[in-house]
Formats: sequence, C-alpha cells, structure tokens
Amino acid sequence: MATPNVISRTTSDLDSDYKYGFVTDIDADQAPKGLNEDIVRLISAKKDEPEFMLEWRLKAFRHWQTLDHEGPQWAKVDFPAIDYQDIRYYSSPFTDKPKPESLDEVDPELIEAFGKLGIPIEEQKRMTGVAVDAIFDSSSVATTYKKSLEEAGVIFCSVSEAVRTHPDLIKKYLGSIVPYSDNFYATLNSAVFSDGSFVYVPPGVRCPMELMTYFRINSEDTGQFERTLIIADKGSYVSYLEGCTAPMRKTHQLHAAVVELVALDDAEIKYSTLQNWYPGDKDGNGGVYNFVTKRGKALGKNSKISWTQVETGSAITWKYPSVILQGDNSTGEFYSVALVNNHQQADTGTKMTHIGKNTKSTIVAKGISAGQGESTYRGLVQIMPTAEGATNFTQCDSLLVGDKCGAHTVPYIDVRNPTARMEHEASTSKVSDDQLFYAMQRGISEEEAHYMIINGFCRGIFQELPFEFAMEAQQLLRVSLEGAVG
Amino acid sequence: MLEIRDLHVSVAGTEILRGIDLTVPTGEVHAIMGPNGSGKSTLASTLAGKQEYEVTQGEVLFQGEDLLGLLPDKRALAGLFLAFQYPPELPGVRNRHFIKAALDALLEHRGEEALNARQFDKIYRAATKDIGMDTELTKRSVNEGFSGGEKKRNEMLQMAILDPALAILDETDSGLDIDALRLISEGINRRRSPKNATLLVTHYQRILGYIVPDKVHVLIDGRIVRSGGRELAEELEERGYDWLREPASEIPTA
Repeated sequence: MATPNVISRTTSDLDSDYKYGFVTDIDADQAPKGLNEDIVRLISAKKDEPEFMLEWRLKAFRHWQTLDHEGPQWAKVDFPAIDYQDIRYYSSPFTDKPKPESLDEVDPELIEAFGKLGIPIEEQKRMTGVAVDAIFDSSSVATTYKKSLEEAGVIFCSVSEAVRTHPDLIKKYLGSIVPYSDNFYATLNSAVFSDGSFVYVPPGVRCPMELMTYFRINSEDTGQFERTLIIADKGSYVSYLEGCTAPMRKTHQLHAAVVELVALDDAEIKYSTLQNWYPGDKDGNGGVYNFVTKRGKALGKNSKISWTQVETGSAITWKYPSVILQGDNSTGEFYSVALVNNHQQADTGTKMTHIGKNTKSTIVAKGISAGQGESTYRGLVQIMPTAEGATNFTQCDSLLVGDKCGAHTVPYIDVRNPTARMEHEASTSKVSDDQLFYAMQRGISEEEAHYMIINGFCRGIFQELPFEFAMEAQQLLRVSLEGAVG
Repeated sequence: MLEIRDLHVSVAGTEILRGIDLTVPTGEVHAIMGPNGSGKSTLASTLAGKQEYEVTQGEVLFQGEDLLGLLPDKRALAGLFLAFQYPPELPGVRNRHFIKAALDALLEHRGEEALNARQFDKIYRAATKDIGMDTELTKRSVNEGFSGGEKKRNEMLQMAILDPALAILDETDSGLDIDALRLISEGINRRRSPKNATLLVTHYQRILGYIVPDKVHVLIDGRIVRSGGRELAEELEERGYDWLREPASEIPTA
C-alpha cells in the first residue's frame, strides 16, 4: 500500500479552480494500454464473468472494429481524433480480489477520497438516507445501505456483481435498450465496460430511499466505461442519482458510458445526474470527453421515465438521454441544464420516440453559454403511426453570458400520426444590463446578481432534483461560472 | 443628505442634464416635477449609478461623501435606494429570496448579523401587509407577471424593508389607481423621519395631495428652473409647465 497522507492537490501548472482536482495515490491493478480481444477477455476474466457476457463483449468488440474510428461526426463539437490504442481500458484500485467484502477491507485512502467528494460512504454518514454505490475508476467500491434495500427486495449492486448473481435479468435486459451496435461509443462500451450500477425494483415496491452512484476517474490515461442498468418492475418507483468528478489532467480522458432504464407497467424511474467531470483549464487544455448513451424504455402501460441532468463539467459533452414511449399512456421527461464556460463544448438533448397510444413527453432544456463555450440543444421528437393521441411539449431556452460564446438549437420533429399535439417554444436571451442594474441597486454585487439571474433561469430544472442535489447543483453552477461573470 | 452641484449628464453623446444644483437636507421630502423628457428619470438613474448615463461635469455628495465614484451596489449599501419607474423582471428569482439577499448584503455591509429565515419572514410579512400586497404574489418571481401597480408596490415593499437613508422614487405614482396611490403614499409618509430623506420624482401633482413635500423643484430641459414650497406644485397644476420654460433663444444648443 502507498504511504499515508497521499491525497494531494494536482500540480501547479493547472489552475486550481476545479475543486475536485485531487489525485489519490493508491496501487491500481491496470491493464496495459490499447484494445484488442485479449484486453476484452482480460476485463471479463478480472470480473469473473460467465461465458455469455464474454461472448457479448466479443461480439461488440468485433463490430466496433468494423466501424469508422472517427466516431459520429454530426454533433457540433470539435476535437482531435482519439487514439483508442493509447487508452487504458481497465484500472482497478483493488490489487488482489476483485471486490472487497466489507467497508473494513477498503483502502482508507479511497474512503477519504470519497469523503473529499462529499459522498456519504462511511457508516456515520448513512443517516442521510441515500444509498451510494461508488465507482472509482473501474470498480465499485462499496454499496451502502445494502441491507435495508434487501429487506425491501431492491437489488442495488455493481453491474459486475449482478452479472454473476442475477444473470437472468442481465441476459434479458442488458443491451435490450441500447444494443451493442447502437452507436460507436455504445459499441465500445459494450466491449470494455468496466463497472456501473445495477438496480432492480420488484413489483409494487416504492424504493425506500434515493439510490446514488458516484463516479470518479482517478488513474491517468484510463478511460471510464461504466454501464448502468435499472429495471423498475410493475408498479414500482425508484429515484436514482448520479454524480461524477475527475482529477485535473493535462491530457483528455475518455468517458463513454451507457445507461439503460426499463420501466414496466405503472412503474416510474426518476434519474438525476450532476455531471462535473473535469472541464479542462481556461485555455481548453485537458478535460474529460463525455460521450454517453442514455436511454430508457417506458415499456409498460402508464409507465414513466424522467431524466434530469445538470451538466457543468467535461471538455466535451455528447449526450442525449432519451425515452422510448412504448407502453400506452406512458410518459417521458427530460429536464436539462447544460452550462459551458471557457472552451467547453456541449451537444446535448434528447430523443422522445412515441410508439404507444396517448403517450406524453415533456422536454425542458436550458443552455447557458459563458466564456468561449459552445452549447447546442439537439432533440428529436418522433410520433410513430401507432401513437394515437400523443402529445409533446418542448421548451428550449438559451442564456448567453458575455459575447464570445455560442448557443445553438437543433430541434427535429417527426410526426407520423395526425392526432399528435406538439408544442415547441424556444428563446435566447442575455443577462440584461437592466436586470443587473436592478439587482445591484439593491446592494447585490455584480457577481452575485449574475448568479442569481442564472440560477433563476435554471430554477424550473433544479426543482426537479432532490433537494440536496439541487443545492449542490446551484453550487456547481457558481463554481463553473467563476471568472465568467462579475 | 444629498448635495448635487452643477451636474451635467449625457446619454449617448446628448446632454440631458445641463447643470443641476440641488440640496436635499436630512429629514426632508423633496419633489422634482417636470414635463416628459425634462430629465427627471435621468437624474434619478444617474444618482443610482446607471452605466449609460455619463457624468460630464459636476459632483454629488451623499452624506458628505463622493457618490459618483461608487458602483451601483456600493451606492445602495451606502443607503441610496431607487424605486424604478419600470422595474425589470427577474424570471425564476423568487421575490422573497431577492429581497432577503438585498437585506443580507446590507446587514453584512454594516457588520451586522444576517437574519435567519424566520426573522426575515416576520419582517417580510408585516411589510407586505402594510403595502397591501397579495402574499401569493410575493412567492412569485421578481416582478414577473406583475401588473404595473403590483410592480410599484413591490418597489415600495423593498423600500420599507431596506429602510434607506435616501429614497428616490421615480414616477412611482404613475399608473396607479386611487387606492394604490393612497397605500403607497402612506408607505412613504410612514418612513418620514428626521434621519432620512426622500426625493419624489413625478409628473403629476396628484401624489402631492397625499404627501406634503418640504420643497418642490421644477426641472425643465435639464435644469431646475424654479424651486418653492408646496404651493408651487399647486400652481403647476393650474398653469402647466409652459410658463416656466425659458424663451427658445436662451436654450444653448447641445
């Protein structure tokens, strides 16, 4: 084990505005850089996976090899080509066993690292009522609250554990919403996914607490490819939160996750994200490439899937949490705040595919552009011929801070059933001098006035977040805007 | 309280105020009257520090200190309050939260302890009641969806809570029905004290039926052309402003 007191701030050549930029020095079990079948087999073996999982990974890998490695080109983001052979695809902080049996076996430095992130992983912090699955690089560190969840019949564990313990559910649902051939990054993820969370809520159960996963990339040159699967069985409810941070690195780090949600009859899944990966420095050096595929299927009648995201981090965000509204009377929601500052780029939005009758979707997307940031909302609302009586409401608002940033809105609407009702509202505004003057005339500083107005712009979205997350989101917004206002 | 000496102000290169001299002593209420376009609002906004109003000449002392060198928030913290003629909307910013933030900033500036939510709530409720403001309205975003009268009341609410040394009311009476005018006038009279001062900027004499000013000043074409007591306002009501205008030949071209 490494020496004590090793949680250190990163070096001075990077600006220290990023609060979560520490590196934890622990022995890691790492695969060599590069990607080939052996690496895929290694990952599968490290995780002690059954044969079917390895076969699926290999299928994905072989498919990935046939793809153009430039990745999708349609998004309004600009970055140099990624060398996929220069990335490490497996890094685990556990050198011996794949997973510790209890918290006592976890390296205290790891726990301290998570403490620094404000994650209630320790026993005394369990009182907050949030069950946490913490993913450090590629492995799941500890899942708190396991016992009380078990009593309710809720399964909340790492996806690698679920592959071993609940192979039937994995076989049935993994890849059923986002198939391995879905898109370039999803295919890559399917081949090399390391860990992630698995949730199953049995019929009629209202999950007694919010479930939360905290992701952190620690090792340098390591990509993070987590995979999350949430299944809400008939009549159940679950609220799931996810937070992410990464240390400051001069090089870019790749994060290509896949999240799949399935809601059966009368079930509801509420999925909230605070994405705060390292955004790079103010000149655009370093930062995480956040290329994520998130999709939910409102499979059963009257089911509901709701995505809420606050995206403030990452050098580049490429992400479209979507809902397939298959069950009759099902509901899909997407609430988003995406903030870009300095040289950050975000191309984010959603896809609502209406298949069932009387399906309903709501999209509220707020983009904030500051510095030289470029923010794009990209969305597709699709009403299939079967979707009798479908309704959609879309609202896209952009707020510009300063005069070097950009905001773009690319909404697609595809209606194939004449009974559909569609509403689309869009606005672009600037924080006005009159608003600032008004707040300042009340004794509020220019900087505070900016935060206040920007926060107000996001209020409708923050209201969708669980209370503590909403507070954190406001804080994140403030930290992310430093230097852009006042 | 306020001393304005030879104040010249331009907006986008056009001189609007052309040498204002005005003294408002502590404990007094002064009214500035004048026709549309005479520079009344320019004076009010300049005192509050609005950026596009460029002071080209003159000085302003507020409580004996130079005012013009301060940013708008510092002026506010020093005790200067402007009730806006057209208060802007702050979508998503709750009214209550906004006013608490303003009061917190003020208390911090004075080195006093911030109020907790309950203490503030008490003050806030009492003040909304005094001003006859619908409590439902105060839960909404600042000025969003407020009627003209509601916006004015909201300005008076903020004035009551922040209790400034000098309140400048820019056409606060315009567009109000009689009941609202009476309530707002009561609010202004309530704050009258030997320790503060009020500058009422108005187009109409109407509000002066409720508030008796110590002095009335007439502003025409960027200059104070006459000052007097309450009776001057009555005279204006009867005769209009034209008799006070300078002959055209005497107006220097800008």
